[in-house]
Amino acid sequence: MFIVKYIKEVWGAVRSLLKGMRMTGYYFTHHKEIITQQYPDNKAILNLPERFKGEVVMPHNENNEHACTGCTACELACPNGTIKVITKFEIMPDGKKKKAIDKLVYHLELCTMCNLCIIACPTDAIKMAQTFEHSVFDRNQLTKILNNPGSKIREGVE
Amino acid sequence: MYRQTEIIKDSSEVSPGGGDLEEGGGAEFVINVGPQHPATHGVLHLVITLNGETIKKVEPHLGFIHRSIEKMCESLTYRQFIYVTSRMDYLSSHINNHGCALCVEKGLQVEIPPRAQVIRVIMDELTRIASHELWWGAMAMDLGAFTPFFHAFRERETINDIMEETCGARLTMNYMVPGGVMADIHPNFQKRVKDFIILFKSKVDEYDELVTGNVIFRNRMKGVGFLSKEDAISYGCTGPTARGSTASCDIRKLYPYEVYDKVEFEEILETGCDSFARYMVRIRELRQSIKIIEQLIDNIPEGDFQAKTKAVLKLPKGEFYSRVETARGEFGVYIVSEGGATPYRIRFRSPGFSNLSALDHMIRGGKIGDLIAAMGTLDLVIPDIDR
Ligand code: SF4
Ligand code: SF4
Repeated sequence: MFIVKYIKEVWGAVRSLLKGMRMTGYYFTHHKEIITQQYPDNKAILNLPERFKGEVVMPHNENNEHACTGCTACELACPNGTIKVITKFEIMPDGKKKKAIDKLVYHLELCTMCNLCIIACPTDAIKMAQTFEHSVFDRNQLTKILNNPGSKIREGVE
Repeated sequence: MYRQTEIIKDSSEVSPGGGDLEEGGGAEFVINVGPQHPATHGVLHLVITLNGETIKKVEPHLGFIHRSIEKMCESLTYRQFIYVTSRMDYLSSHINNHGCALCVEKGLQVEIPPRAQVIRVIMDELTRIASHELWWGAMAMDLGAFTPFFHAFRERETINDIMEETCGARLTMNYMVPGGVMADIHPNFQKRVKDFIILFKSKVDEYDELVTGNVIFRNRMKGVGFLSKEDAISYGCTGPTARGSTASCDIRKLYPYEVYDKVEFEEILETGCDSFARYMVRIRELRQSIKIIEQLIDNIPEGDFQAKTKAVLKLPKGEFYSRVETARGEFGVYIVSEGGATPYRIRFRSPGFSNLSALDHMIRGGKIGDLIAAMGTLDLVIPDIDR
Protein backbone atom coordinates (compact mmCIF):
# COMPACT_ATOMS: atom_id res chain seq x y z
CA MET A 1 0.00 0.00 0.00
CA PHE A 2 2.89 2.25 0.82
CA ILE A 3 4.34 1.85 -2.65
CA VAL A 4 1.04 2.75 -4.34
CA LYS A 5 0.76 5.88 -2.26
CA TYR A 6 4.34 6.76 -3.03
CA ILE A 7 3.87 6.36 -6.78
CA LYS A 8 0.66 8.35 -6.66
CA GLU A 9 2.43 11.16 -4.87
CA VAL A 10 5.28 11.22 -7.34
CA TRP A 11 2.87 11.18 -10.25
CA GLY A 12 0.86 14.05 -8.73
CA ALA A 13 4.01 16.04 -8.20
CA VAL A 14 5.22 15.57 -11.75
CA ARG A 15 1.79 16.44 -13.09
CA SER A 16 1.62 19.68 -11.11
CA LEU A 17 5.02 20.70 -12.40
CA LEU A 18 4.06 19.88 -15.98
CA LYS A 19 0.89 21.91 -15.59
CA GLY A 20 2.90 24.96 -14.63
CA MET A 21 5.36 24.32 -17.43
CA ARG A 22 2.51 24.08 -19.92
CA MET A 23 1.41 27.58 -19.07
CA THR A 24 4.92 28.92 -19.31
CA GLY A 25 5.20 27.23 -22.69
CA TYR A 26 1.94 28.76 -23.79
CA TYR A 27 3.15 32.28 -23.11
CA PHE A 28 6.51 31.45 -24.60
CA THR A 29 4.90 30.65 -27.93
CA HIS A 30 2.15 33.32 -27.89
CA HIS A 31 3.95 36.59 -28.30
CA LYS A 32 0.76 38.54 -28.89
CA GLU A 33 -0.31 38.10 -25.28
CA ILE A 34 2.76 39.80 -23.95
CA ILE A 35 1.80 43.28 -22.86
CA THR A 36 5.15 44.61 -21.72
CA GLN A 37 5.99 48.00 -23.16
CA GLN A 38 9.45 49.47 -23.31
CA TYR A 39 9.77 52.91 -21.84
CA PRO A 40 10.78 55.40 -23.32
CA ASP A 41 10.21 53.72 -26.71
CA ASN A 42 6.47 53.72 -26.04
CA LYS A 43 6.21 57.48 -25.68
CA ALA A 44 4.06 57.86 -28.77
CA ILE A 45 1.35 55.59 -27.33
CA LEU A 46 1.83 56.63 -23.72
CA ASN A 47 -1.29 58.69 -23.23
CA LEU A 48 -1.88 59.67 -19.67
CA PRO A 49 -5.50 60.28 -18.68
CA GLU A 50 -6.52 63.91 -18.30
CA ARG A 51 -7.04 63.48 -14.57
CA PHE A 52 -3.50 62.29 -13.99
CA LYS A 53 -1.82 64.35 -11.28
CA GLY A 54 1.64 65.23 -12.48
CA GLU A 55 2.35 68.73 -11.29
CA VAL A 56 0.44 71.90 -10.50
CA VAL A 57 0.41 74.45 -13.31
CA MET A 58 -1.37 77.73 -13.92
CA PRO A 59 -2.86 77.97 -17.38
CA HIS A 60 -2.49 81.32 -19.16
CA ASN A 61 -4.48 82.47 -22.17
CA GLU A 62 -3.00 84.00 -25.32
CA ASN A 63 -2.87 87.48 -23.76
CA ASN A 64 -0.69 86.18 -20.92
CA GLU A 65 -3.57 86.36 -18.47
CA HIS A 66 -4.41 83.97 -15.68
CA ALA A 67 -7.36 83.64 -13.31
CA CYS A 68 -5.58 83.86 -9.95
CA THR A 69 -6.87 86.52 -7.57
CA GLY A 70 -4.29 85.90 -4.88
CA CYS A 71 -6.81 84.69 -2.33
CA THR A 72 -4.33 82.17 -0.78
CA ALA A 73 -6.99 79.47 -0.51
CA CYS A 74 -4.59 77.04 -2.15
CA GLU A 75 -1.83 77.91 0.28
CA LEU A 76 -4.12 77.21 3.23
CA ALA A 77 -5.42 73.96 1.75
CA CYS A 78 -1.98 72.53 1.08
CA PRO A 79 -0.94 70.08 3.79
CA ASN A 80 2.79 70.56 3.41
CA GLY A 81 3.50 74.14 2.52
CA THR A 82 4.16 73.53 -1.14
CA ILE A 83 2.52 76.71 -2.39
CA LYS A 84 3.42 80.22 -1.30
CA VAL A 85 1.38 83.11 -2.64
CA ILE A 86 3.22 86.42 -2.67
CA THR A 87 0.84 89.30 -3.28
CA LYS A 88 1.37 92.91 -4.22
CA PHE A 89 -0.89 95.95 -4.66
CA GLU A 90 -1.46 97.13 -8.17
CA ILE A 91 -2.47 100.71 -8.85
CA MET A 92 -5.44 100.64 -11.16
CA PRO A 93 -5.92 103.30 -13.87
CA ASP A 94 -8.57 104.99 -11.74
CA GLY A 95 -6.11 105.34 -8.86
CA LYS A 96 -7.56 102.52 -6.73
CA LYS A 97 -5.32 99.91 -5.21
CA LYS A 98 -6.04 96.29 -6.02
CA LYS A 99 -4.56 93.11 -4.59
CA ALA A 100 -2.91 90.87 -7.16
CA ILE A 101 -0.34 88.11 -7.13
CA ASP A 102 3.27 88.95 -7.53
CA LYS A 103 4.51 85.38 -7.54
CA LEU A 104 2.92 82.01 -6.91
CA VAL A 105 5.85 79.91 -5.76
CA TYR A 106 5.44 76.17 -6.11
CA HIS A 107 7.90 73.65 -4.65
CA LEU A 108 7.55 70.57 -6.76
CA GLU A 109 9.89 68.64 -4.49
CA LEU A 110 7.43 68.98 -1.60
CA CYS A 111 4.25 68.34 -3.53
CA THR A 112 2.45 65.06 -2.89
CA MET A 113 -0.05 65.51 -5.75
CA CYS A 114 -2.97 65.33 -3.37
CA ASN A 115 -5.20 67.63 -5.45
CA LEU A 116 -6.42 69.60 -2.42
CA CYS A 117 -5.22 72.96 -3.76
CA ILE A 118 -6.99 72.41 -7.05
CA ILE A 119 -10.37 71.76 -5.43
CA ALA A 120 -9.83 74.65 -3.01
CA CYS A 121 -9.22 77.26 -5.71
CA PRO A 122 -12.41 79.29 -6.20
CA THR A 123 -11.53 80.52 -9.69
CA ASP A 124 -9.96 77.34 -11.12
CA ALA A 125 -6.75 79.23 -11.73
CA ILE A 126 -4.54 76.20 -11.21
CA LYS A 127 -4.82 72.68 -12.54
CA MET A 128 -2.90 69.46 -12.72
CA ALA A 129 -0.63 68.83 -15.69
CA GLN A 130 0.11 65.38 -17.04
CA THR A 131 3.89 65.65 -17.03
CA PHE A 132 5.72 63.02 -15.05
CA GLU A 133 9.41 63.22 -15.94
CA HIS A 134 10.47 65.56 -13.19
CA SER A 135 14.10 64.61 -12.65
CA VAL A 136 16.55 67.50 -12.74
CA PHE A 137 20.20 67.87 -11.82
CA ASP A 138 19.74 70.49 -9.15
CA ARG A 139 16.90 70.59 -6.67
CA ASN A 140 16.65 74.36 -6.98
CA GLN A 141 15.20 73.79 -10.42
CA LEU A 142 12.20 72.16 -8.77
CA THR A 143 11.08 75.44 -7.21
CA LYS A 144 8.86 77.00 -9.81
CA ILE A 145 7.00 80.24 -10.23
CA LEU A 146 3.66 79.38 -11.72
CA ASN A 147 2.57 82.73 -13.12
CA ASN A 148 4.37 83.86 -16.26
CA PRO A 149 6.47 87.00 -16.01
CA GLY A 150 4.39 90.07 -16.77
CA SER A 151 1.14 88.16 -16.60
CA LYS A 152 -2.09 89.79 -15.46
CA ILE A 153 -5.36 88.67 -14.06
CA ARG A 154 -8.01 87.95 -16.66
CA GLU A 155 -10.82 90.49 -17.05
CA GLY A 156 -13.92 89.63 -15.12
CA VAL A 157 -12.38 87.25 -12.62
CA GLU A 158 -13.17 88.32 -9.09
CA MET B 1 23.49 46.37 18.31
CA TYR B 2 22.93 46.34 22.06
CA ARG B 3 20.33 43.69 21.74
CA GLN B 4 22.51 41.30 19.82
CA THR B 5 25.32 41.31 22.32
CA GLU B 6 22.77 40.77 25.04
CA ILE B 7 21.41 37.69 23.36
CA ILE B 8 24.85 36.21 22.94
CA LYS B 9 25.61 36.89 26.59
CA ASP B 10 22.36 35.24 27.63
CA SER B 11 23.06 32.13 25.65
CA SER B 12 26.49 31.67 27.15
CA GLU B 13 24.87 31.82 30.56
CA VAL B 14 22.37 29.17 29.63
CA SER B 15 24.84 26.79 28.09
CA PRO B 16 28.35 27.45 29.30
CA GLY B 17 30.95 26.14 27.00
CA GLY B 18 28.47 25.98 24.13
CA GLY B 19 29.44 26.91 20.65
CA ASP B 20 29.70 23.59 18.94
CA LEU B 21 27.28 24.21 16.11
CA GLU B 22 27.91 20.92 14.38
CA GLU B 23 26.47 18.91 17.19
CA GLY B 24 23.78 21.47 17.92
CA GLY B 25 24.58 21.12 21.57
CA GLY B 26 22.54 24.06 22.87
CA ALA B 27 24.67 26.59 21.06
CA GLU B 28 22.95 29.68 19.81
CA PHE B 29 23.73 31.63 16.76
CA VAL B 30 22.30 35.03 15.97
CA ILE B 31 21.75 36.23 12.45
CA ASN B 32 20.13 39.36 11.18
CA VAL B 33 17.63 39.41 8.35
CA GLY B 34 17.22 42.95 7.17
CA PRO B 35 16.85 45.86 7.52
CA GLN B 36 17.71 45.74 3.82
CA HIS B 37 16.62 42.34 2.67
CA PRO B 38 14.36 41.49 -0.25
CA ALA B 39 12.37 38.96 1.72
CA THR B 40 11.29 41.41 4.38
CA HIS B 41 9.50 43.59 1.80
CA GLY B 42 10.75 46.78 3.32
CA VAL B 43 12.98 47.92 6.11
CA LEU B 44 12.16 45.32 8.70
CA HIS B 45 14.98 44.01 10.86
CA LEU B 46 14.61 40.50 12.23
CA VAL B 47 17.07 39.23 14.80
CA ILE B 48 16.89 35.48 14.61
CA THR B 49 18.35 33.23 17.25
CA LEU B 50 19.18 29.88 15.76
CA ASN B 51 20.16 26.52 17.05
CA GLY B 52 21.65 24.90 14.00
CA GLU B 53 18.92 25.51 11.50
CA THR B 54 16.11 25.54 14.02
CA ILE B 55 14.70 28.87 15.03
CA LYS B 56 14.67 29.56 18.73
CA LYS B 57 13.50 33.12 18.67
CA VAL B 58 12.59 35.84 16.20
CA GLU B 59 12.73 39.42 17.32
CA PRO B 60 11.44 42.06 14.94
CA HIS B 61 13.15 45.41 15.36
CA LEU B 62 11.04 48.29 14.21
CA GLY B 63 11.54 51.97 13.76
CA PHE B 64 13.54 52.16 10.56
CA ILE B 65 10.76 53.82 8.65
CA HIS B 66 9.00 55.64 11.45
CA ARG B 67 7.71 58.96 10.14
CA SER B 68 5.53 59.90 13.12
CA ILE B 69 2.45 60.01 10.97
CA GLU B 70 0.13 60.12 13.99
CA LYS B 71 1.87 63.18 15.39
CA MET B 72 1.96 64.79 11.96
CA CYS B 73 -1.78 64.36 11.58
CA GLU B 74 -2.36 66.40 14.72
CA SER B 75 -1.16 69.51 12.95
CA LEU B 76 -3.25 68.94 9.84
CA THR B 77 -6.91 69.75 9.36
CA TYR B 78 -9.55 67.08 8.91
CA ARG B 79 -9.40 67.45 5.15
CA GLN B 80 -5.64 67.39 4.99
CA PHE B 81 -4.74 64.46 7.24
CA ILE B 82 -6.41 61.84 5.07
CA TYR B 83 -3.79 61.90 2.32
CA VAL B 84 -1.03 61.03 4.80
CA THR B 85 -2.64 57.70 5.59
CA SER B 86 -2.06 56.57 2.02
CA ARG B 87 1.58 56.45 2.99
CA MET B 88 1.01 53.88 5.69
CA ASP B 89 -0.36 50.82 3.99
CA TYR B 90 0.39 52.01 0.50
CA LEU B 91 -1.08 48.90 -1.08
CA SER B 92 -4.53 49.56 0.33
CA SER B 93 -4.35 53.32 0.37
CA HIS B 94 -7.96 53.69 -0.73
CA ILE B 95 -9.16 51.67 2.22
CA ASN B 96 -7.01 53.61 4.68
CA ASN B 97 -8.40 56.86 3.33
CA HIS B 98 -11.84 55.36 3.58
CA GLY B 99 -11.42 54.59 7.26
CA CYS B 100 -10.30 58.13 8.02
CA ALA B 101 -13.09 59.66 6.00
CA LEU B 102 -15.61 57.47 7.82
CA CYS B 103 -14.30 58.60 11.19
CA VAL B 104 -14.53 62.28 10.27
CA GLU B 105 -18.02 61.74 8.88
CA LYS B 106 -19.02 60.04 12.10
CA GLY B 107 -17.97 63.14 14.00
CA LEU B 108 -19.62 65.51 11.58
CA GLN B 109 -22.77 63.38 11.37
CA VAL B 110 -23.08 63.81 7.62
CA GLU B 111 -25.03 61.45 5.46
CA ILE B 112 -22.98 60.13 2.57
CA PRO B 113 -24.86 60.05 -0.75
CA PRO B 114 -25.62 56.53 -2.00
CA ARG B 115 -23.61 57.09 -5.16
CA ALA B 116 -20.50 57.91 -3.17
CA GLN B 117 -21.03 54.86 -0.97
CA VAL B 118 -21.15 52.51 -3.94
CA ILE B 119 -18.16 54.14 -5.63
CA ARG B 120 -16.21 53.82 -2.42
CA VAL B 121 -16.96 50.14 -2.05
CA ILE B 122 -16.04 49.39 -5.66
CA MET B 123 -12.77 51.25 -5.22
CA ASP B 124 -12.06 49.41 -1.99
CA GLU B 125 -12.57 46.05 -3.60
CA LEU B 126 -10.45 46.95 -6.61
CA THR B 127 -7.72 47.97 -4.21
CA ARG B 128 -8.08 44.71 -2.34
CA ILE B 129 -7.66 42.74 -5.56
CA ALA B 130 -4.61 44.79 -6.53
CA SER B 131 -3.11 44.31 -3.09
CA HIS B 132 -3.71 40.57 -2.99
CA GLU B 133 -2.25 40.25 -6.45
CA LEU B 134 0.93 42.00 -5.47
CA TRP B 135 1.14 39.83 -2.38
CA TRP B 136 0.67 36.69 -4.47
CA GLY B 137 3.44 37.65 -6.84
CA ALA B 138 5.81 38.76 -4.10
CA MET B 139 5.20 35.68 -2.02
CA ALA B 140 5.85 33.33 -4.90
CA MET B 141 9.06 35.26 -5.46
CA ASP B 142 10.04 34.75 -1.83
CA LEU B 143 9.77 31.04 -2.44
CA GLY B 144 11.90 31.23 -5.54
CA ALA B 145 9.37 31.42 -8.36
CA PHE B 146 9.89 34.50 -10.46
CA THR B 147 7.23 34.22 -13.18
CA PRO B 148 4.14 34.61 -10.95
CA PHE B 149 5.28 38.12 -10.14
CA PHE B 150 4.82 39.14 -13.75
CA HIS B 151 1.50 37.38 -14.05
CA ALA B 152 0.24 39.22 -10.98
CA PHE B 153 1.48 42.58 -12.20
CA ARG B 154 -0.19 42.11 -15.56
CA GLU B 155 -3.67 42.15 -13.98
CA ARG B 156 -2.68 44.68 -11.37
CA GLU B 157 -1.65 47.03 -14.12
CA THR B 158 -5.22 47.02 -15.44
CA ILE B 159 -6.51 48.09 -12.04
CA ASN B 160 -3.86 50.77 -11.82
CA ASP B 161 -4.95 52.10 -15.19
CA ILE B 162 -8.55 52.27 -14.01
CA MET B 163 -7.45 54.10 -10.86
CA GLU B 164 -5.30 56.44 -12.84
CA GLU B 165 -8.19 57.40 -15.05
CA THR B 166 -10.68 58.09 -12.26
CA CYS B 167 -8.51 59.18 -9.33
CA GLY B 168 -5.51 60.57 -11.15
CA ALA B 169 -2.87 58.44 -9.47
CA ARG B 170 -1.82 54.85 -9.39
CA LEU B 171 -0.83 54.18 -5.80
CA THR B 172 -1.58 57.09 -3.47
CA MET B 173 -4.89 58.24 -4.87
CA ASN B 174 -6.32 60.46 -2.14
CA TYR B 175 -9.75 59.99 -3.65
CA MET B 176 -11.82 59.76 -0.48
CA VAL B 177 -12.75 63.05 1.12
CA PRO B 178 -15.03 63.66 4.11
CA GLY B 179 -18.54 63.49 2.69
CA GLY B 180 -17.91 61.33 -0.34
CA VAL B 181 -15.33 61.05 -3.07
CA MET B 182 -13.24 63.78 -4.61
CA ALA B 183 -14.51 63.55 -8.19
CA ASP B 184 -17.17 61.67 -10.04
CA ILE B 185 -16.18 58.45 -11.76
CA HIS B 186 -14.73 58.75 -15.22
CA PRO B 187 -17.25 58.04 -18.03
CA ASN B 188 -15.17 55.01 -19.05
CA PHE B 189 -15.03 53.63 -15.54
CA GLN B 190 -17.91 51.17 -15.69
CA LYS B 191 -16.90 49.77 -19.04
CA ARG B 192 -13.30 49.33 -18.04
CA VAL B 193 -14.17 47.64 -14.77
CA LYS B 194 -16.45 45.23 -16.62
CA ASP B 195 -13.64 44.45 -19.04
CA PHE B 196 -11.40 43.87 -16.09
CA ILE B 197 -13.86 41.44 -14.51
CA ILE B 198 -13.93 39.37 -17.67
CA LEU B 199 -10.15 39.46 -17.99
CA PHE B 200 -9.59 38.65 -14.35
CA LYS B 201 -11.94 35.69 -14.29
CA SER B 202 -10.03 34.04 -17.08
CA LYS B 203 -6.69 34.77 -15.45
CA VAL B 204 -7.34 33.83 -11.84
CA ASP B 205 -7.45 30.17 -12.80
CA GLU B 206 -3.95 30.55 -14.15
CA TYR B 207 -2.85 31.49 -10.66
CA ASP B 208 -4.10 28.19 -9.31
CA GLU B 209 -2.49 26.32 -12.13
CA LEU B 210 0.84 28.00 -11.75
CA VAL B 211 1.24 28.16 -7.99
CA THR B 212 -1.57 26.70 -5.89
CA GLY B 213 -1.35 23.20 -7.28
CA ASN B 214 2.42 23.17 -7.52
CA VAL B 215 3.98 20.43 -5.43
CA ILE B 216 7.05 22.40 -4.36
CA PHE B 217 4.88 25.25 -3.24
CA ARG B 218 2.45 23.05 -1.34
CA ASN B 219 5.16 21.20 0.48
CA ARG B 220 6.78 24.42 1.58
CA MET B 221 3.47 25.84 2.79
CA LYS B 222 1.61 23.02 4.45
CA GLY B 223 2.15 22.69 8.17
CA VAL B 224 4.48 25.69 8.23
CA GLY B 225 3.85 28.59 10.56
CA PHE B 226 1.08 27.03 12.60
CA LEU B 227 -1.13 29.55 14.37
CA SER B 228 -4.10 28.23 16.32
CA LYS B 229 -7.37 30.10 16.56
CA GLU B 230 -6.82 31.00 20.20
CA ASP B 231 -3.36 32.34 19.50
CA ALA B 232 -4.56 34.30 16.50
CA ILE B 233 -7.14 35.99 18.67
CA SER B 234 -4.84 36.62 21.62
CA TYR B 235 -2.16 38.13 19.39
CA GLY B 236 -4.79 40.40 17.88
CA CYS B 237 -4.35 39.08 14.36
CA THR B 238 -6.95 40.21 11.89
CA GLY B 239 -7.65 39.84 8.23
CA PRO B 240 -6.59 36.82 6.19
CA THR B 241 -4.00 35.91 8.83
CA ALA B 242 -6.69 35.28 11.43
CA ARG B 243 -9.22 33.92 8.96
CA GLY B 244 -6.70 31.25 7.95
CA SER B 245 -7.02 30.11 11.57
CA THR B 246 -10.84 30.04 11.46
CA ALA B 247 -11.14 33.20 13.56
CA SER B 248 -14.03 35.14 12.08
CA CYS B 249 -13.02 38.79 11.97
CA ASP B 250 -14.18 40.34 8.72
CA ILE B 251 -15.22 43.90 9.57
CA ARG B 252 -17.26 44.01 6.38
CA LYS B 253 -19.49 41.30 7.85
CA LEU B 254 -19.32 42.01 11.56
CA TYR B 255 -19.66 45.79 11.49
CA PRO B 256 -20.84 46.56 7.96
CA TYR B 257 -20.11 50.03 6.70
CA GLU B 258 -21.32 51.70 3.50
CA VAL B 259 -23.17 49.17 1.36
CA TYR B 260 -21.45 46.01 2.53
CA ASP B 261 -24.61 44.85 4.27
CA LYS B 262 -26.51 45.01 0.98
CA VAL B 263 -24.14 42.98 -1.16
CA GLU B 264 -23.76 39.26 -1.08
CA PHE B 265 -20.39 37.80 -0.30
CA GLU B 266 -18.85 35.16 1.89
CA GLU B 267 -16.45 35.60 4.70
CA ILE B 268 -13.66 33.22 3.80
CA LEU B 269 -12.55 30.94 6.61
CA GLU B 270 -9.96 28.20 6.30
CA THR B 271 -9.34 25.50 8.87
CA GLY B 272 -5.72 24.70 8.10
CA CYS B 273 -4.21 27.28 10.49
CA ASP B 274 -0.94 27.11 8.54
CA SER B 275 0.69 29.14 5.79
CA PHE B 276 -1.24 27.34 3.10
CA ALA B 277 -4.54 28.19 4.76
CA ARG B 278 -3.64 31.85 4.83
CA TYR B 279 -2.66 31.60 1.20
CA MET B 280 -5.98 30.02 0.29
CA VAL B 281 -7.94 32.70 2.17
CA ARG B 282 -6.43 35.39 0.00
CA ILE B 283 -6.85 33.49 -3.24
CA ARG B 284 -10.50 32.85 -2.44
CA GLU B 285 -10.99 36.45 -1.36
CA LEU B 286 -10.00 37.57 -4.82
CA ARG B 287 -13.06 35.83 -6.20
CA GLN B 288 -15.29 37.30 -3.49
CA SER B 289 -14.09 40.80 -4.28
CA ILE B 290 -14.90 40.27 -7.93
CA LYS B 291 -18.34 39.09 -6.86
CA ILE B 292 -18.94 42.30 -4.90
CA ILE B 293 -17.82 44.47 -7.79
CA GLU B 294 -20.03 42.53 -10.19
CA GLN B 295 -23.08 43.23 -8.05
CA LEU B 296 -22.39 46.92 -7.76
CA ILE B 297 -20.92 48.01 -11.04
CA ASP B 298 -24.24 48.09 -12.90
CA ASN B 299 -26.11 49.54 -9.96
CA ILE B 300 -24.29 52.76 -9.20
CA PRO B 301 -27.15 55.05 -8.16
CA GLU B 302 -27.49 58.48 -9.69
CA GLY B 303 -26.99 61.54 -7.53
CA ASP B 304 -24.25 63.49 -5.86
CA PHE B 305 -20.83 62.02 -5.39
CA GLN B 306 -20.13 64.23 -2.39
CA ALA B 307 -22.24 65.52 0.46
CA LYS B 308 -22.22 69.23 1.15
CA THR B 309 -19.77 70.00 3.91
CA LYS B 310 -18.50 73.25 5.38
CA ALA B 311 -15.28 74.74 4.06
CA VAL B 312 -13.58 74.32 7.45
CA LEU B 313 -14.47 71.07 9.14
CA LYS B 314 -14.74 71.13 12.91
CA LEU B 315 -15.49 67.97 14.83
CA PRO B 316 -17.44 68.33 18.07
CA LYS B 317 -15.63 67.66 21.31
CA GLY B 318 -15.33 63.96 21.92
CA GLU B 319 -13.80 60.72 20.79
CA PHE B 320 -14.54 58.93 17.53
CA TYR B 321 -13.54 55.53 16.32
CA SER B 322 -14.21 53.81 13.05
CA ARG B 323 -12.85 50.70 11.46
CA VAL B 324 -12.58 49.22 8.03
CA GLU B 325 -11.29 45.98 6.60
CA THR B 326 -8.14 46.56 4.56
CA ALA B 327 -6.47 43.89 2.52
CA ARG B 328 -4.45 42.98 5.61
CA GLY B 329 -7.01 43.17 8.37
CA GLU B 330 -8.71 45.62 10.62
CA PHE B 331 -7.69 49.23 10.26
CA GLY B 332 -8.99 51.48 13.01
CA VAL B 333 -8.93 55.26 13.28
CA TYR B 334 -9.32 56.90 16.65
CA ILE B 335 -9.73 60.66 16.81
CA VAL B 336 -9.89 62.77 19.95
CA SER B 337 -11.30 66.17 19.19
CA GLU B 338 -11.26 69.27 21.34
CA GLY B 339 -13.67 71.00 19.02
CA GLY B 340 -11.03 72.67 16.86
CA ALA B 341 -10.16 72.39 13.21
CA THR B 342 -7.34 69.96 13.89
CA PRO B 343 -7.51 66.75 15.90
CA TYR B 344 -6.16 66.72 19.44
CA ARG B 345 -4.91 63.18 19.07
CA ILE B 346 -5.04 60.62 16.33
CA ARG B 347 -4.24 56.99 16.69
CA PHE B 348 -4.27 54.34 14.00
CA ARG B 349 -4.70 50.68 14.64
CA SER B 350 -2.85 49.04 11.79
CA PRO B 351 -3.28 45.38 10.99
CA GLY B 352 0.34 44.69 10.13
CA PHE B 353 1.67 45.37 13.63
CA SER B 354 -0.44 42.73 15.35
CA ASN B 355 0.07 40.24 12.57
CA LEU B 356 3.82 40.65 12.81
CA SER B 357 3.73 40.09 16.57
CA ALA B 358 2.51 36.55 15.98
CA LEU B 359 5.51 35.71 13.79
CA ASP B 360 7.74 34.69 16.69
CA HIS B 361 5.13 32.35 18.10
CA MET B 362 4.37 30.91 14.69
CA ILE B 363 7.86 30.04 13.65
CA ARG B 364 9.56 28.96 16.87
CA GLY B 365 10.96 25.50 16.39
CA GLY B 366 10.69 25.72 12.64
CA LYS B 367 13.48 25.90 10.13
CA ILE B 368 14.94 29.12 8.85
CA GLY B 369 13.73 28.48 5.31
CA ASP B 370 10.19 28.29 6.65
CA LEU B 371 10.51 31.72 8.19
CA ILE B 372 10.43 33.32 4.77
CA ALA B 373 7.43 31.24 3.74
CA ALA B 374 5.51 32.09 6.91
CA MET B 375 6.41 35.74 6.71
CA GLY B 376 5.28 35.86 3.10
CA THR B 377 1.80 34.72 4.06
CA LEU B 378 1.50 37.42 6.73
CA ASP B 379 1.55 39.98 3.92
CA LEU B 380 3.51 42.57 5.81
CA VAL B 381 3.74 46.14 4.64
CA ILE B 382 6.41 47.74 6.76
CA PRO B 383 5.36 51.43 6.56
CA ASP B 384 2.03 50.25 7.93
CA ILE B 385 3.73 48.68 10.94
CA ASP B 386 6.07 51.55 11.68
CA ARG B 387 3.95 54.51 10.63
S1 SF4 C 1 -1.25 68.95 -4.84
FE1 SF4 C 1 -1.38 68.87 -2.60
S2 SF4 C 1 0.74 68.99 -1.91
FE2 SF4 C 1 0.73 69.65 -4.04
S3 SF4 C 1 0.54 71.87 -3.94
FE3 SF4 C 1 -1.54 71.05 -4.13
S4 SF4 C 1 -2.27 70.85 -2.03
FE4 SF4 C 1 -0.04 71.08 -1.93
S1 SF4 D 1 -4.41 79.84 -7.35
FE1 SF4 D 1 -6.59 79.95 -6.82
S2 SF4 D 1 -6.64 79.54 -4.62
FE2 SF4 D 1 -4.52 80.01 -5.13
S3 SF4 D 1 -4.31 82.21 -4.72
FE3 SF4 D 1 -4.82 81.99 -6.89
S4 SF4 D 1 -7.07 82.15 -6.97
FE4 SF4 D 1 -6.53 81.78 -4.82
